[in-house]
Amino acid sequence: MPKPPLRVGCAAGFSGDRTDAAGPVVDALIASGGPAVLIFETLAERTLALAQLARRQDPSLGYEPLLDELLGPVLARCLGAGVRIVSNFGAANPEGAARRIHALARSLGLRAPRVAVVAGDDLDNGSQRALWRPAAEGLSVVSANAYLGAESIADALVAGADIVVCGRVADPSLAVGPALAHFGWRRDDWDRIARATMAGHLLECGAQVSGGYYADPGLKDVPDMAHLGYPIAEIEDDGHCTITKPAGTGGRIDEHTVKEQLLYEVHDPRAYLTPDVVADIGAAEVTQLGPDRVRLAGVRGHARPGSLKVNICHETGWLAEGEISYAGARAEARARLAAEVLRERLRGLGPLRADLIGVASVFGDDDGRWLAAQPSGDARDVRLRVAMSHTDRACAERLLREVTALYTCGPAGGGGVRTALRARLGTVSCSVPRAQVPSSHRFVTEAA
Amino acid sequence: MGAALTVPLHRLAHGRSGDKGNRSNISVIAWHPAFWPLLVAQVTEAAVARQFAHRKPAAVTRHLLPTLQAMNFVIDDVLDGGVNDSLNLDSHGKALSYLLLDLPVEVPPELAVHLVGPS
Repeated sequence: MPKPPLRVGCAAGFSGDRTDAAGPVVDALIASGGPAVLIFETLAERTLALAQLARRQDPSLGYEPLLDELLGPVLARCLGAGVRIVSNFGAANPEGAARRIHALARSLGLRAPRVAVVAGDDLDNGSQRALWRPAAEGLSVVSANAYLGAESIADALVAGADIVVCGRVADPSLAVGPALAHFGWRRDDWDRIARATMAGHLLECGAQVSGGYYADPGLKDVPDMAHLGYPIAEIEDDGHCTITKPAGTGGRIDEHTVKEQLLYEVHDPRAYLTPDVVADIGAAEVTQLGPDRVRLAGVRGHARPGSLKVNICHETGWLAEGEISYAGARAEARARLAAEVLRERLRGLGPLRADLIGVASVFGDDDGRWLAAQPSGDARDVRLRVAMSHTDRACAERLLREVTALYTCGPAGGGGVRTALRARLGTVSCSVPRAQVPSSHRFVTEAA
Repeated sequence: MGAALTVPLHRLAHGRSGDKGNRSNISVIAWHPAFWPLLVAQVTEAAVARQFAHRKPAAVTRHLLPTLQAMNFVIDDVLDGGVNDSLNLDSHGKALSYLLLDLPVEVPPELAVHLVGPS
């Protein structure tokens, strides 16, 4: 007798996503009446390093800064209806996030949730440093984390967790863990795990499968983008899924929105690698079943990789940027002249990138081959933007001063100078044997 | 029979860019199944390499997904170092799908009825 489908809703696709997405998703999950899980994906490559820097400043921080805004509006309904929550919003401090969730529940007058944290991803400690040190020789390391899979998430849910807080796990594992726990699949049932992985892949960027990041007026129209419905995957016992969204929300789900997200950040579609499985979508099929309902089938799986990917973030110096605008007659010529002046003033400090916003500023290359190939035009509204990176802060700051000095020393009529200096983080990655990176879960009971 | 039309790829297909490090992937998804053979014949690795020549990609690999009438291009070393190192405003290369979708494609007149968007 097959188990009933599991509904997995996703209410965030990155740290910085809309924070009011969860409400309609949770309402739809509860209205379905079946088993349901809510996930938030909030941890891009560098987000974790930024969280680690925050934790260095204050050891109680280092988790998703918008945790309260994401969870607060739906925590009562999820706990009341048994909708479990799985997220990587623990970032560099899953325990801190767990304590914060307890404090939030208490302040809302709710029962104490059973909160589990997943540990094992953080490799910047003790003997585990030796696993990745050769890949980071000479670097000023901020964080080193392995991409964990779904196993500890599943274990925590089986053990009764209402909320599972992770740091670095592979994004699709946020959906695979609940599926493993719900269906009780064998942990080497590669086809089913691959199908749940691709369900997770479709969910992991939030609205990117349901009409977000899709619209192109006149070609690809999307209704009510101000109120996009975030996606829900109905995962079946065989692992295949149907993607839908809450009724009454904006956005659209059709074969085209699903295909765009299915291939998003995929390289070889016959070997999509995660810690849980090697998924194969080479013969995948996408079928519209009804309005805003699309089924994904035909996914196969192969045995998971023997190693885990480790991402190491390190400090690389400073990025300096400056902008100034020119408008009216000969605006483009004046902006080009300003760029030439800056090149001469900053000569010797390293490569300077110049963009003419409104003429050519995006498709171009850092070396300026593209811009040089564009014929000089007579654009009347142009913003010059220059950028340079340097390991030395004082050198990077030179760019800021030179752009500002264009006010009195540059071409006529330049206005609206803005400058910014930002610390840069780089990443290197390596792989380590899975057996060297054990993961586990434990329950956290105390509030912050 | 009239002569073949030359139109930008975005009238036959849509797509999205993603990034991992200094590598971009860009999907090309047919608006209509009738376009699939044209895309396979004309949106080749060599054509895409030419479209991105100014960014000096190290390699262009095309993966075909006939059941989806879609192809996935993996373009190596095309992001000026990627999100951590590039000086580009769009260091992820998010906009690069639109550079690929500008590729000119020849369409036989009998398929013109399926073209998307204004000519």
